[in-house]
Amino acid sequence: MYNSLSNRRSFIKKMARLSAMAAAASMFPGIMFASEQEEGIPEGANLDWKKGPCRFCGVGCGILVGTENGKAVAVKGDPNSSVNKGLLCVKGYHQTMCIQSKDRLTHALVKKNGTYVKTPINEALDIVANKMKDTIAAHGKDSVAMYTSGQSTIPEGYVASKLMKGAIGTNNLDCNARLCMASAVAGFLTSFGADEPMGCYEDIDHADYFITWGNNMAEMHPVLFSRILEQKARRGAKIIDFATRTTRSSTASDRSILFEPQTDLAVGNAICYEIVNNGWVNKSFIEKHCNFSKGLTKMGYGLEDKYKFKDKPEKIDFDQYRIFLEDYTPEKVAKYSKVSVKDIKYLASIYGNPNKKVMSLWCMGVNQHTRGTWMNNIIYNIHLLTGKISQPGNSPFSLTGQPSACGTAREVGTFTHKLPKGVVMNPKHRELAAKIWKVPVERIPSKPTYHTTEMFRAVDRGDIKFIWTQAVNPLVSLPKTSRYRPAMEKESCFVVVSDVFPTPTSDVADVILPAAWHIEKSGLYGNSERRTQHWDKMVEGPGDTTPDAWMFIEVAKRMGFGDLFPYSKENHVEEIYNEYRQFHEGKKHGMAPLEVLKKESGAIWPYVDGKSTQWRFNAKYDPACSNDEDFHFYGKPDGKAVIWQRPYEPAPESPDSEYPFWLNTGRVIEHWHTGSMTRRIPVLHKAMPHAYVEFHPEDAKALSIRNGENIKVTSRRGSCVLPASINERGLPTKGQVFVPFFDENMLINDVTLDAFCPISKEPDFKKCAVKVEKA
Amino acid sequence: MPIKSYLVHPQVGRKVELLDALSAFEECEVMPATNEDILVLVTDTIDEASEELLKEKIEKIESLKLLAMVSGFNSPQNQQ
Repeated sequence: MYNSLSNRRSFIKKMARLSAMAAAASMFPGIMFASEQEEGIPEGANLDWKKGPCRFCGVGCGILVGTENGKAVAVKGDPNSSVNKGLLCVKGYHQTMCIQSKDRLTHALVKKNGTYVKTPINEALDIVANKMKDTIAAHGKDSVAMYTSGQSTIPEGYVASKLMKGAIGTNNLDCNARLCMASAVAGFLTSFGADEPMGCYEDIDHADYFITWGNNMAEMHPVLFSRILEQKARRGAKIIDFATRTTRSSTASDRSILFEPQTDLAVGNAICYEIVNNGWVNKSFIEKHCNFSKGLTKMGYGLEDKYKFKDKPEKIDFDQYRIFLEDYTPEKVAKYSKVSVKDIKYLASIYGNPNKKVMSLWCMGVNQHTRGTWMNNIIYNIHLLTGKISQPGNSPFSLTGQPSACGTAREVGTFTHKLPKGVVMNPKHRELAAKIWKVPVERIPSKPTYHTTEMFRAVDRGDIKFIWTQAVNPLVSLPKTSRYRPAMEKESCFVVVSDVFPTPTSDVADVILPAAWHIEKSGLYGNSERRTQHWDKMVEGPGDTTPDAWMFIEVAKRMGFGDLFPYSKENHVEEIYNEYRQFHEGKKHGMAPLEVLKKESGAIWPYVDGKSTQWRFNAKYDPACSNDEDFHFYGKPDGKAVIWQRPYEPAPESPDSEYPFWLNTGRVIEHWHTGSMTRRIPVLHKAMPHAYVEFHPEDAKALSIRNGENIKVTSRRGSCVLPASINERGLPTKGQVFVPFFDENMLINDVTLDAFCPISKEPDFKKCAVKVEKA
Repeated sequence: MPIKSYLVHPQVGRKVELLDALSAFEECEVMPATNEDILVLVTDTIDEASEELLKEKIEKIESLKLLAMVSGFNSPQNQQ
């Protein structure tokens, strides 16, 4: 009795301590407690510390995991990592705690007569391979699909692509990075012809101004934000937060500027207008290094099934662009953006000052936007017009959400249109893939098929009859889950889910495969700054848990493709990476050899002559520049970047008399995406146990809504009941409500709209119209 | 037998002094942040009166700037 009371007391003390530390972490992102790092380390322990990247966000912090007797007992920041320099956020410190969860998927489960039956992994993989083969035989290659993740490792993404595109011969492969980074990719490709940021995190040490576009870095990228705060304290660097909601990032900033949802397009153009109108254009830079183009407008929003769009770029000149901008004077834009003329001019003056270095940072606010590609283009326009690009501290920096959205989804290419190098539409790229994969080139189809939203629409229509998902939870994370949950429940589609924990997605599976977690396998991730990081397996996974890459290989062998997947179980990560590296050989995208990645805390590609390239397109730093000029945007055939004429267009759905509020959705610092891992980490779950709906206090007062009162949020798609939150974590603008999406018991994505950017096909989770009422 | 947690902010340049002063109380467990001027404090006392008494003593420490109670929760909404 005494012991149990004592244990209970020590547990409560630990919870109190961890909660205080979580509170400290939210006030000081990246705060470090030496005692916390030693927490859980047995006295006199002789720990083996192994390096790797963090499992969670796209920052890619280096971690050291302390293992003893086959168990992970401690996590600390890697002081040798230039990303985080020893810092970690509250999620990073506690990440390994989830693997001990009691409901861990340790064995394969196969649904038989409506009941899940524990099944040996080899038998389950037989079922998956046979079902895939039978489906193809009966309905064709394009009746099977795979949906992967920006949390899949580079080898996992690579073998998924090789299996679907090279072996089976279908482009029915897409990933959840479509939901977070597709607009960033389309922005890079349209503006520069080459994906991923030209700069790196070291830009933070040089910039005078940090302008965050719809981006709550204090909660979503806390370690990077702490590096920015350090520059603010040390050098007096300024942070300007441009957003639709007041957050912890806003309160830590020098200035918070709020705008009406969707009008960031207009404000961006107004900044360009001011730059042109005030003579702040870097004329020699744009003459040497930029073209001007316009594309189609009024493209629609992808709301209907089988929506198609192809842009038709048309070259224009500077004068045409200047005339276009006249519709975006600060005075005109202030009327509908709710940003004052003074604030628009202030933002423009920062970019326009030739003596100040500016870093723009953005993530989901810009990307999850029905005009997300245009928004990315407009931010690049600002940096190109002023020549503030590809130099230390002058950096438009698109942040990533997931740990390998760059490394796996974008570089390996687990999108329907992508190949490990280039796109399926390009014959030369197909030829290279066929050569390295040792398959006939005709087998790789030349047309993309389903992007994410359309893939799940195809499941609903019955066009896709087999789908395999890995490291992803679409029935919480897709927009309009009110349509896609019943779709996945239909008997017309056989569903295979590979995951570490049960989720609402595994609830509808016919076969559940038990995946090895992060440190239970070897792997590689690629972060936001083009840094590739390797880790070795640190602990054994429980039961039959198996790395996703190995499950793909086993299924490929069972389907008769064994000769294309000649990898060994022990060394498949190394063998796959070495094969994959062949795709990127050369100065423009060379990847570091594995032996370098094993030794160092990552390397930035292009990795040329033993060196990372920190700033691309700048001849001083980038050996791939070959035009004898200071800058060379070699992603485009003529070596020039493109300034795009992109107008403001309204959102597909705006508040009206029936649905009078904007709904904005997003994340919180305590939880990683759909919460399947972090809600199983007690300290994080206790710190943020459920979702909520945030109100502006004046809206709450007008509706007589009190804090904690249950509120029903309803759109034309569905509804969700959540407790009200007023003046707590964040403060939405008047007429807007905000809901985090991590909580599978309060599915806000039943309410959201599946409209997407016609160019990138990335859905907009930030804007739709809802009504609210007491539940 | 209350257990409470606090964020403790020291006066400028007096973090170590504050750490020493708090560590002297048997009922206090203190964890300094290594890269910020802040400490986490957990108090474990036998009853509310002792807790109040301890709090009074802590608030008299000269190197203390601010004592902010967390109580295991970091915002009102999480008390539900």
